Amino acid sequence: MPSNGSVSDAPITQFINCRILKEHTLQREDLWVRDGRILDPEKLFFDEQGYADRQLDCGGAILAPGFIDVQLNGGYGVDFSTPSEDPGAGVAFVAKKILEHGVTSFCPTLVTSPPSVYHKVLPEVKVQSGGVHGAGVLGVHLEGPFISLEKKGAHPEQFLRTFGGSGGVNPLLEVYGGLDNVSMVTLAPELAGSQSVVEELSQRGVTVSLGHSVANLSQAEEAVQQGASFITHLFNAMLPFHHRDPGIVGLLTSNRIPAGRSVFYGMIADGIHTNPAALRIAHRAHPAGLVLVTDAIMAMGLPPGRHTLGQQVIEIQGLHAYVAGNTLTSSPVPNQLTFDSRILNVFWGLGTTTLSGSIATMDMCVRHFQQASGCSVPEALEAASLHPAQLLGISHQKGSLEYGCDADLVLMDDQMVLEATYISGVEVWRK
Amino acid sequence: MRLVILEDYDLASEWAAKYIRNRIITFRPTAQRYFTLGLPTGLPRAHPESYHSYMWNNFFKHVDIDPANAHILDGNAQDLEAECAVFEKDIADAGGIDLFVGGIGPDGHIAFNEPGSSLVSRTRVKTLAKDTIVANARFFGHDLSKVPTMALTVGVGTVMDSREVMIVITGAHKAFALYKAIEDGVNHMWTVSAFQQHPRTIFVCDEDATLELRVKTVKYFKGLMHVHNKLVDPVLTMKNDLS
Repeated sequence: MPSNGSVSDAPITQFINCRILKEHTLQREDLWVRDGRILDPEKLFFDEQGYADRQLDCGGAILAPGFIDVQLNGGYGVDFSTPSEDPGAGVAFVAKKILEHGVTSFCPTLVTSPPSVYHKVLPEVKVQSGGVHGAGVLGVHLEGPFISLEKKGAHPEQFLRTFGGSGGVNPLLEVYGGLDNVSMVTLAPELAGSQSVVEELSQRGVTVSLGHSVANLSQAEEAVQQGASFITHLFNAMLPFHHRDPGIVGLLTSNRIPAGRSVFYGMIADGIHTNPAALRIAHRAHPAGLVLVTDAIMAMGLPPGRHTLGQQVIEIQGLHAYVAGNTLTSSPVPNQLTFDSRILNVFWGLGTTTLSGSIATMDMCVRHFQQASGCSVPEALEAASLHPAQLLGISHQKGSLEYGCDADLVLMDDQMVLEATYISGVEVWRK
Repeated sequence: MRLVILEDYDLASEWAAKYIRNRIITFRPTAQRYFTLGLPTGLPRAHPESYHSYMWNNFFKHVDIDPANAHILDGNAQDLEAECAVFEKDIADAGGIDLFVGGIGPDGHIAFNEPGSSLVSRTRVKTLAKDTIVANARFFGHDLSKVPTMALTVGVGTVMDSREVMIVITGAHKAFALYKAIEDGVNHMWTVSAFQQHPRTIFVCDEDATLELRVKTVKYFKGLMHVHNKLVDPVLTMKNDLS
């Protein structure tokens, strides 16, 4: 049938023979797209007497919102925290590659770095829409340097900072060089002077996340009251849960969260950063807040070996990434330990065992999360799309297949193995 | 009339669907000559349970009909009388209704032609009877105050003008209405009874809907099922041999 346009001349695409993720279930419905947005077919039929210009047969597959990764440090040899001649090109390169993992929007993440790096990199990484060129950049996630020394993880110690006495975001503006294009900041709330920082960042629309911290539950709850709404990679780089002071982990069930607000928490579901039993405890305690993140580093997508992350050197074996030690031995003594069926072996002689970001991809994380938690497919998919969108306050536009939302989609089979990725209704990757 | 009795709701629905399919195929519609299907319409638009939503979700989204060929009375129109007049004209322009498919209310009404409606009425605004409001409450969360009290409806006369009428009736709560419609006289208190005077009416029902009928009536029509079932055989040839 010829195109019809009483409201718009743009062509209308109808995805047929699919199951769409809507209202927290998989429904046997068609999905209609026009002008890069999801269209209400009933209004189209009755108000415009319109119909589809073309139909795409999805072969019975699942059609879900594209994944949103709010913690991605790099990949395929690109490290966002290592300044290069063209940081923008590095981000663009990774943005294109992650389409293969179903990620349609992401927050390029910078780990603790000296001010010179921020001043060089930040102006080059701009918020922009996705498309055939790659996933959309929602804004930068600044993980550090205002974090705890004891919980620095793989972050370089010499660049950690405190807030100083003046209060407000001035120390941040000095270090980062500005907050344009910044969508999230991870900080340790126990650092003196953090309250005014959290408050002001929240007022500026920057999501404040708690992480790399030794805060107790009270300090964490204070920060939430000031506006913090996220926990960076729950369980990792924070005090472990203790029954008399649950620490940051206690936010999942805290009764001092302001009404109408929710605390979200990032989970690296690669099977390594968190034991599946711990993952299940968190999920069961607060399922609506779980946000899957990859925390992937530049080695993601690369073969095993040594690579640079920020100002450090790390080493990868299988799906593990470790901080390399200072000394190199020519012939390490292998000590074979098998953690699970995907890992080949672990060498203790060479480096440390401090985890250093992951190299799992987002779709792997979604599958592993579903399998480890036993949750339903819709729940697993929402943890990678709806929840991050809600965290960033963009769920009216992203992370959902409601009418009017951007048509960023992933097509997958029942095992959640990806078949195709779409941004604004246009196919940007196919298996 | 024909009275086709199937065992349950699903079988009755399937029989009715196959019959409609066969009628459309044997009609051999073309781009110049459309098959016009009539359905009862009513409630105001901007509600998820409006007939627009109901028709979209239960019919239109499953078929590839051109939206321009779907005519639904608009309960939100400015001038409701004009809306009704235009609807009657649209039917005439389309060459009349070939097959009207409807149900029956517990009070025996066809479309929203409540008891007391003229048997020669046309498309118009009707105030709904209490029975109808109660029956429709299930679409509005069982909150009677939310059910619309007025509806636009095709008239009894409008439906009588169709070349063929099919009434689908299922459930024990409709049994008395069916009895009144086919075993009692023509009466404007049970408007479906008007179809006793239509040359081609077919009632499709399940066992439960026959509970108030005479055993003799039911036995007679059940005995005709071998004839009725021929009407729903897959149409392999295009011969129009329905009588």
